[in-house]
Amino acid sequence: MIMADGKQSVVDTVLSQSNDVRLETNQIENEELIELDEGNLLAVNENKIDTKNFKVKNEDILLALTRDATQVLFNSLWKLPVEQKDGAFLITLPESQTWLPREKHVPKKRPPTKWEEYAKTKGILNKKKSRMIWDEQSQEYKPRWGYKRANDATKDWLIEVPDNADPYEDQYEKRKTAKRERVAKNELQRLRNVARAQKSKVPGLGLTPTEKPSKDHLSKALAVAHKSTASIGKFTDRLPKEKPSKFTGKKRKFEPSIGNFGSEKEKQLKMLDIVSKKVPTINTTKAANRILRQDEEQRAQEKKSKKTPKKLKGRKATLGLGKPGRQGGGNKKTRGKRKR
Amino acid sequence: MQRIVKPKTQRGRRALEKKEPKIFENSKNALMFKGGNTSQTVTQILKDWHTLKKPNATLFTKKNATKPFEDQSSVEFFASKADTSLFMFGSHSKKRPNNIVIGRLFDGQVLDMVEFGVSKFTSLRDFKTLKTASGIKPCVVISGEFFEDSDDNRRIKNLLIDFFRGPTVEKISLSGLEHVISITATNGKFYLRSYRILMKKSGSKVPRVELEAMGPSLDLVLRRTHLASDDLFKRALKKPATAKPKKKKNISRDDLGNRLGRIHMKTQEFDKLQVRKVKGLKKRKNDVETDVTETATKKQRTQTVEAT
Repeated sequence: MIMADGKQSVVDTVLSQSNDVRLETNQIENEELIELDEGNLLAVNENKIDTKNFKVKNEDILLALTRDATQVLFNSLWKLPVEQKDGAFLITLPESQTWLPREKHVPKKRPPTKWEEYAKTKGILNKKKSRMIWDEQSQEYKPRWGYKRANDATKDWLIEVPDNADPYEDQYEKRKTAKRERVAKNELQRLRNVARAQKSKVPGLGLTPTEKPSKDHLSKALAVAHKSTASIGKFTDRLPKEKPSKFTGKKRKFEPSIGNFGSEKEKQLKMLDIVSKKVPTINTTKAANRILRQDEEQRAQEKKSKKTPKKLKGRKATLGLGKPGRQGGGNKKTRGKRKR
Repeated sequence: MQRIVKPKTQRGRRALEKKEPKIFENSKNALMFKGGNTSQTVTQILKDWHTLKKPNATLFTKKNATKPFEDQSSVEFFASKADTSLFMFGSHSKKRPNNIVIGRLFDGQVLDMVEFGVSKFTSLRDFKTLKTASGIKPCVVISGEFFEDSDDNRRIKNLLIDFFRGPTVEKISLSGLEHVISITATNGKFYLRSYRILMKKSGSKVPRVELEAMGPSLDLVLRRTHLASDDLFKRALKKPATAKPKKKKNISRDDLGNRLGRIHMKTQEFDKLQVRKVKGLKKRKNDVETDVTETATKKQRTQTVEAT
């Protein structure tokens, strides 16, 4: 029994010694007071620091504080799952608990292009095309596009002149310009898509040439030309009696909802007046003129069925003598809305 | 963001793509630059932190007569040029001697800035000890009740963590933990220290940590602060929906760390249950034929019957 007791005591002392050693080595008092964020290898100790001897031994105190916090962090890191790779022990860090701001904003999805929108409404899907296609000439597979592509139209040594084409036209040059046009069009559409995406105003194409220039077209061209200066037409000289352009981009004009009561009252009264009088609102002179003109037109039409006399051919004919149809100008909207 | 001007080369395209906002962001880079007038101390501080943060830091060596607290535009410009979102600015004037500004940007805008005066500085090279490898992820230790005092102080803590935490990593080698940056706020001062970790043997698996001052060591006094509005800060914290990990269905872990999976089968034939994909367990073609001969002959019979 004595022997046994002795053994027990020896074991106890050894155990307690080893415990003491462990306490010295990697155990920390008040371990739970230190907050950890293993994802950032961060230890935060937000307790009051004992500043009794701080001025004298501040380096020692700082080192001790940091050591304790680091030890706590290490104790927790060593509990994470470990894997061995190339002789090194790797731990997988958990998600960071500290919320840190991003570097840049969350990426936004690129807004669809005009084509993509259209394709979606029509249900058009992208077809997968193989990258390599069979080239008849070289009898091998070649890329569909790009460098060393199959069926390269620019490499043709001979181009057949189409039947109704000008025989002296350079067909190579024609292809080149067509390609350049396509590239330019694509770039333009890309820029328009960018503008659409940024919700800025999509630039119009301006005025495109037409086969049949009309009076409207001319006044439009004038309006565009007026504005095509650096100051958007602010300082463009006007003719002495020039009317303001109809093509300002404004389609309807509304009276201000608040403001001149006098004119509003006047308008309303005038309307009431017309309603109460029950006088036909037909402009008689205008109606008479219209009938006269209709007659004229009819006669002109009858005349036109005959051949134009030889005398009238040439300058006079083009001047519009005997020209049928609507005269007097104006566009669709102003037609029939003449002032009474 | 949509670029208006197309890059002309692939390299240019890659460079631009690198700068674009991403769902999973790269580690933040820091820019160290100095004002119109600097002292030896301030220049050395910038150099020291540059060497410690290296692949994730850019150092501008020339002077830039700018004052971040008066005009943020030049900071934003430099940061956009160097594609960085953290900055450390050093200047020296009669009014503010040995001035250091630590700040961060979000989306090209200055988010937070804190200005410190350096009252004591010992450089990295003045400590005659071994240094850690540059570019490793340091441990960060923050202590002092100052950091819990107010929301502003909490924000300063957040900024300092952001600045000193180093690259974001998923996995880290245990032997690669060799650097601690310690920031202690007490007695109205900030004590910024950096130590090398020495792992000593202990009785258990976890080593005992011993520290050795490696430098740089700074004693700082807080001067001016510029903290982002809560609104902007909240916007900066936003996490994209796609960045959150998807919940994995039917997979769990038990207390022993084993991965458990739940599998659904139509008919419960456990011999046909494929638990694990191992090449050795795969049936070779010949084996399959011998296994299925019986059923195959039956099938053949039925087929022949149908044919006739």
